[in-house]
Amino acid sequence: MTELRVSYTLDSTLETVDSAEQTASRIAAESGFDEDVVMQISMAVREAAVNAVLHGNAYDPDKKVKLDFERTGNDLVITIRDQGKGLDPAKIPDPLAPENLLKTSGRGIFLIRSFMDEVQIRPTQTGTEIKLVKHVHGPAADVKEASQ
Amino acid sequence: MSMKTSTRQVDGVTIVDCSGRITLGEGSVILRDTVRELLSKGQKKILLNLGEVTYIDSSGIGELVSAFTTVRNQGGELKLLNLTKKVHDLLQITKLYTVFDVRDDEASAVKAFN
Repeated sequence: MTELRVSYTLDSTLETVDSAEQTASRIAAESGFDEDVVMQISMAVREAAVNAVLHGNAYDPDKKVKLDFERTGNDLVITIRDQGKGLDPAKIPDPLAPENLLKTSGRGIFLIRSFMDEVQIRPTQTGTEIKLVKHVHGPAADVKEASQ
Repeated sequence: MSMKTSTRQVDGVTIVDCSGRITLGEGSVILRDTVRELLSKGQKKILLNLGEVTYIDSSGIGELVSAFTTVRNQGGELKLLNLTKKVHDLLQITKLYTVFDVRDDEASAVKAFN
């Protein structure tokens, strides 16, 4: 898989959410993931962008969302940073708990964790960073493993 | 493609044919407004046909849950019809598949309303 590193700095708008999803879909497809996995990656990125725009930056026009894609031989790594007040993943209720099943929100992080191989959420000096990793299980990784 | 809905009546049941994306913003709002309008007109037997829904995010899932509970709280019933594989899988992993009454045949779905 050809290596790639690309960064976007985006406004805190709904258009950013759609743009992040579309860009993730394109890069995931170009990286050779199959259609179902492309959908999973793009949805995870969409949910992370929603968190950054809504819950992090709260649509503040002075705050930006930074979106980085890094493709290495084995992984697609996507990092989304906001400038919000921070997110404590430990405080997010389990959306699968019976008492939460009929809640109308709170499934975004759960979906992200369901769709990606690795998810790291950490506070930064200016907000929250979420790093999403999808491993490449296709031919590129196989060739590399076989040659080792 | 943004979300579109059209409604039709079959044996006292309002079938809402949905197409496009049910996502944060316009898609979710259109679904919410459609259900609210039906309830305001006293139409409380609602069958959401999601056969042409291409994409749904967590906000859209939340809107389906909201529609379900809003209709139920007003003494009505809301069922889902014709889930695509993507929507089916999402409802499975969020454990909502068993919460909703999900149907794949319109005629039997209509009959299933009390």
